[in-house]
Amino acid sequence: MDETLHSLGETIATKLGDKLAGWSVGVDMVTLEVTAATLIDVMTLLKDDGDLRFVSFTDVCGADHPAREKRFDVVYHLLSPKLNRRIRLKLETDEVTPVPSLTSVFAGANWFEREAYDLFGILFRGHPDLRRILTDYGFDGHPLRKDFPTSGLVECRYDEVEKRVVYEPVKLVQEFRNFDFLSPWEGPGGVLPGDEKAKAN
Amino acid sequence: MGAEATVRNFNINFGPQHPSAHGVLRLVLELDGEVVSRVDPHIGLLHRGTEKLIESKTYAQATPYFDRLDYCAPMNQEHAFCLAAEKLLGITVPKRGQLVRVLYCEIGRLLSHLLNVTSQALDVGALTPPLWGYEEREKLMIFYERASGARMHANYFRIGGVHQDLPDQLLEDIGAFCESFPKVLDDLEGLLTENRIFKQRNVDIGIVSLEDAWNLGFSGVMVRGSGAKWDLRKSQPYECYDEMDFDIAIGKNGDCYDRYLIRMFEMRQSNRIMKQCVERLLGKDRGGPVSATTHKVVPPKRSEMKRSMEALIHHFKLFTEGFHVPAGEVYAAVEAPKGEFGVYLVSDGTNKPYRCHIRAPGFAHLQAMDHLCRHHLLADVSAVIGSLDIVFGDVDR
Repeated sequence: MDETLHSLGETIATKLGDKLAGWSVGVDMVTLEVTAATLIDVMTLLKDDGDLRFVSFTDVCGADHPAREKRFDVVYHLLSPKLNRRIRLKLETDEVTPVPSLTSVFAGANWFEREAYDLFGILFRGHPDLRRILTDYGFDGHPLRKDFPTSGLVECRYDEVEKRVVYEPVKLVQEFRNFDFLSPWEGPGGVLPGDEKAKAN
Repeated sequence: MGAEATVRNFNINFGPQHPSAHGVLRLVLELDGEVVSRVDPHIGLLHRGTEKLIESKTYAQATPYFDRLDYCAPMNQEHAFCLAAEKLLGITVPKRGQLVRVLYCEIGRLLSHLLNVTSQALDVGALTPPLWGYEEREKLMIFYERASGARMHANYFRIGGVHQDLPDQLLEDIGAFCESFPKVLDDLEGLLTENRIFKQRNVDIGIVSLEDAWNLGFSGVMVRGSGAKWDLRKSQPYECYDEMDFDIAIGKNGDCYDRYLIRMFEMRQSNRIMKQCVERLLGKDRGGPVSATTHKVVPPKRSEMKRSMEALIHHFKLFTEGFHVPAGEVYAAVEAPKGEFGVYLVSDGTNKPYRCHIRAPGFAHLQAMDHLCRHHLLADVSAVIGSLDIVFGDVDR
């Protein structure tokens, strides 16, 4: 499995040449790193190349890493029914830099890009209809960003007096309980309680 | 002023309370007379933020959310998440556990296809099939209940296997169901397959070419209807599907009628797989564990906890902190009844998923509404929705 993935990665890397920023073999599939400038070329080649034929579009999604300078990962998955292989492409961006829209290559990217825009605020350049899709009409904010609270910002109810639905800031009867049972000994890079004093001495 | 000038386009709202919208779908249709010139589906009315919620729960607490996505076939969704987490953890499920999973996935397929095929018939005017279909669904949901305690939201598949073993009596009853079920399918086919009205409403409606189907992100029955020899159970077998003997059906025309025929065929094949599972679970693979034996992931049994200190500690740790999943990212997909249901899981090495993207088949299928319905009549819209097999639990997430 690993070897075939490696040879697939090498084949793709030679075909793409310097359009590729890097590639690796992950747990399950080849992961290509691309840049916004070459995304469309890479996708077109993966789709149209006779040996690869990644014709099936699987999905586009975002992932938020607020600590990074370019906080968003845009992750694409494609499938080649011919090779019976999947492939993942990754691209980094931030809140203001648009990513080229894939809709010209894969029509199926349309809603997935709208979703990434809606939930993360990732901008897609050249998208025919970049509206919100999953959240409410008139929603404010991008809920899947790590700095967006799970409880949300507004709640709505039907107002009997005004005879319409009104939006109000969230009022929680009980405080939001975030159960963090993560053992301080196993957490990633956490400082054990008390250790900060030891360093100061 | 001639008659021409008085004709104008209409914009109408279809749903969100329309019975043939299969849930809370709002379609904004632009009509030129009775011909649809544009479709704009508005979704998200059932959006519950599943992906966000999963990020603040441990891995084991995430599986119940998956039941609530496609609530016509709950366990198939859990399966995708469990496979993703197991891939990252690097654990394998024992054979008996795999067989139980396959058995219940196929029950899920029957549940979903029964609902879809019969409600597709209802959308085009036939009332009897849903009544007959629901009778069978009821029996299947009782099998769900007998395995997990819940008729729908089972939370039966756990990371590492399934929650509990199945009693022999239940397996025998499922076996008996498999004997009687083909007769019901014959009856349903007798009502629909050669039915003049059903054919008039479905044949040559919503045609999609294979190239378009791939390009639009279709999967499952939607690509098979257009002629793709593609079924994840065959082409990328997971669990023990490679040991099962079954066939897949492929359509020729890519229209609503072909998709109906494929679903009927798949139900017969599911029945066949279920029979093989029952036979093996009662015969060759009787006994043995149904989930991985590592207590670092799978909680120990109650009886063990009464005797073993170590088991007690494991239990406590698993139900407070949960288990840690090695850092990495993985995409796992299953052939859910509605198409390819995938989970893209990013782990940062802690006890909670860093990011869990749910790739719902219905989402990709519904976005093609405009492509499928353009230049069709208004009445065909409901036939196309019926054959897309969408459920808003998984479109909206």
